[in-house]
Amino acid sequence: MSPGARTLYDKIWEAHLVEIRGDGTSLLYIDRHLVHEVTSPQAFEGLRLAGRPLRRPKAILSVADHNVPTRKREAGIADATSRLQVEALEANVQAFAVPYVPLLDDRQGIVHVIGPEQGFTLPGATVVCGDSHTSTHGAFGALAFGIGTSEVEHVLATQTLPQRHSRNMRVHFEGSLPDGLGAKDLALYLIGRIGTAGGTGHVMEFAGRAVRALSMEGRMTLCNMSIEAGARSGLVAPDDTTFAYMKGRPMAPAGPLWEQALANWRNLPTDEGATFDRELRLEVGDLAPQLTWGTSPESVVAITGQVPDPGTAPSAAEREGILRALEYMGLQPGTLMEDVPIQVVFIGSCTNGRIEDLRAAARVALGRKVATGVRALVVPGSGLVKRQAEVEGLDRIFLEAGFEWRQPGCSMCLAMNDDRLEPGERCASTSNRNFEGRQGRGGRTHLVSPEMAAAAAVMGHFTDVRRLLEAR
Amino acid sequence: MIPFTTLTGIAAPMLRANIDTDLIIPKLFLKTLVRTGLGRHLFAELRYDNEGHEAPNFVLNQAPYRQATILLAGPNFGCGSSREHAPWALLDFGIRCVIASSFADIFYNNCFANGILPIALPIAAIEDLAAASGPLTVDLQAQTVAVAGRLHPFDIDPARKASLIEGLDQIGRSLANLPAIEAFEARRSRETPWL
Ligand code: SF4
Repeated sequence: MSPGARTLYDKIWEAHLVEIRGDGTSLLYIDRHLVHEVTSPQAFEGLRLAGRPLRRPKAILSVADHNVPTRKREAGIADATSRLQVEALEANVQAFAVPYVPLLDDRQGIVHVIGPEQGFTLPGATVVCGDSHTSTHGAFGALAFGIGTSEVEHVLATQTLPQRHSRNMRVHFEGSLPDGLGAKDLALYLIGRIGTAGGTGHVMEFAGRAVRALSMEGRMTLCNMSIEAGARSGLVAPDDTTFAYMKGRPMAPAGPLWEQALANWRNLPTDEGATFDRELRLEVGDLAPQLTWGTSPESVVAITGQVPDPGTAPSAAEREGILRALEYMGLQPGTLMEDVPIQVVFIGSCTNGRIEDLRAAARVALGRKVATGVRALVVPGSGLVKRQAEVEGLDRIFLEAGFEWRQPGCSMCLAMNDDRLEPGERCASTSNRNFEGRQGRGGRTHLVSPEMAAAAAVMGHFTDVRRLLEAR
Repeated sequence: MIPFTTLTGIAAPMLRANIDTDLIIPKLFLKTLVRTGLGRHLFAELRYDNEGHEAPNFVLNQAPYRQATILLAGPNFGCGSSREHAPWALLDFGIRCVIASSFADIFYNNCFANGILPIALPIAAIEDLAAASGPLTVDLQAQTVAVAGRLHPFDIDPARKASLIEGLDQIGRSLANLPAIEAFEARRSRETPWL
C-alpha cells in the first residue's frame, strides 16, 4: 500500500462531496441524470406536490424506452397504459424544461445506450438513473448507479444524493478471450463464480488484460451486468479506447474544453499501490462460452456443460432452489446444454444492443437460416445503432437469415411492450435477467452473448458458437 | 413518510433465496403513474393463477397471513430491478417490515424512503421466527424482534434508524444545506467546466 494512493472510485467520490454528515452519510453531487418513463412519474408528481422547482434541468437527459413498440411506431402506441406513461413523461419534461429525445427521433433508444452515444456520460462524472442498469455507464470511468423513484425526486430537487461510501473491489480478468467470446461471457462467468450477492455493498472495478482489450461496447456490457453481481456500480478506468469513443460526440466537450477534460480524465485511473477491500483474479484465456440454465443470473454453466443435479447441492436450501428453478425452466438434470432446444431468440437490450453486438451476431448469422419454428428478434439499442447497422448491411444479413429487424427499445428484455414470451417458451436472450416471468409470464430465459444467441437461432438449440465460427 | 417505531403483527414466511423485484411486482404493473394501489398485485405471479384466481398454496392467500404486516425471507431479498414499485406494493398490501438474511442494495435504500424497516438477521433467527405461531413484535428503538418471549437483536445504521423513527423528509434535509450545494456548483464550474 502506498500512502495517498487512491482508487478510481475514491477519486470520483471525493471530487463530488458536497457535505460530509456526521452520521456516516455524505451528500454527493450528481452531474448527470438519465430519466425514463417508468420510474419518473411519481418523482415529478412529488416535486409538484411539494411545490419544489427542478434544480438543474440541463443535467438531465430523458427518453421513453421501456414501454415503446418496436414495430410500426409511427402509428402511435396502441396499448393505452403504455401510451399514458409515455405521454406523462412528455408532459413532465415539457413542464420542467428537461431535455428529451422524442420517440420518433433517430437518437431515441434505451437510456443506457443513448447516454454514452450522445456523449452525455463522461469519465469522472456521477451518473444516476431510476434504473438498476445505470451501472453500464461505469464503463467510462463514471460513478454510475441505479436509484429508486424517491431518490430520482431527490436528485430532481437538489442535484445531490445522501450516500454511504461503498467498499472497493477489483476484479482482474487475466489472459485473452478466445475468438467467439466477449464481455458477456466475462460477466456471466464472474456472476457464476461469486453469485448475485457477491458484490453487494461494493463498487467493482474491472481490470486486467481481457478488460483493456474490450471495446467500449464490451466494457458497457460488463459494467451493465455488475448489478447482477450485486455491486452498486461497475467501473473501468478510462483510457485511449474511452477517449477515442467519446471524441466528437454531440454532448462531449469540444475544442479547448476537450483538452482540459482529457488532462483531468487521465488522472482518474486507480493509483499504483491503492488498496481494495477485495480483489479477485480470474483467468479467462481458455474460457468456453457461458450461459445460464436457471432463474438467477448466477445459474451459469459453460456451453460444454450440463444442467446441474440438485443431488449435488451443498445444502437443503440450495437443493430446493435448484429444484424450483429446474421445474420452472422445464429442464432435466444432466441434460447437455447443447441439447436444449429453444423457440425464441432475443438480440438486444442495454446489455447487448449496441453496434458491436449486432456485428458479432451478424457474423454468425451470415449466410445461415434461422431454424424452423424459431422466432428470432433483433432489436437495436437505439435509432443510431439501427442506422449504423443498416449502413453496414447488417439488417440485410439478419433479414435474409430470417430474423426480424425491429425499432429500438427495451422490448423483450422485460416485455413491457408487446414483445414477450408465451408461457413455456424458451428463449436465448442477450439481456441481463432470467428471473421468473421477466420476459413474459411462464417464459424461460437463458442469458447468452450475441454470438451464442445467433448460433442458437440458426441451430434451434444451444450450440457452442466456436464450432460455427470454425466452420467458416 | 409515516414514522416507524414499533410494530406487532403477523409475519408471513417466504424463505426462498433471491426474491427479486420482478417477482415482488411484475412489470405489468409498472405502468402506473401513482404510488398507491399496488398491494393487490404484490407477488402477482405467485399469488394468482393464469385465470387470475388466487393460488391457494401461496402464503399470502392463507389465514392468518392475509393480514401479515411483516415478511420473512431468505438471502438477497429485493435483488434485480431498482423499481420502487416493490416497496410501494409491499406497503400498500400492509407490510411495514421485511426480515431477511440479506438484502440487495437498491431495494434496501428504497425501503427507508417509504417507511419500511428492512431487518437483516441470521438465517437461524429467521427460521426461529418463522416457526413461532402468533405475532412478532419489532421494536426499532430497542433494535429487537421478539417472539414468544425470545428476543433477536438486530443491527441498523443509526442515521437510517433516526430517519425512520422521525419520518424525516430527506429532500428537505438536503435542501436545508442549499448554500453548500451552490458553493459546490460554483467551484465545479471553475474547475471542471465541461460538466
Ligand atoms: S433493456 Fe432491459 S435492463 Fe436495460 S433498461 Fe431496458 S428493461 Fe432495463
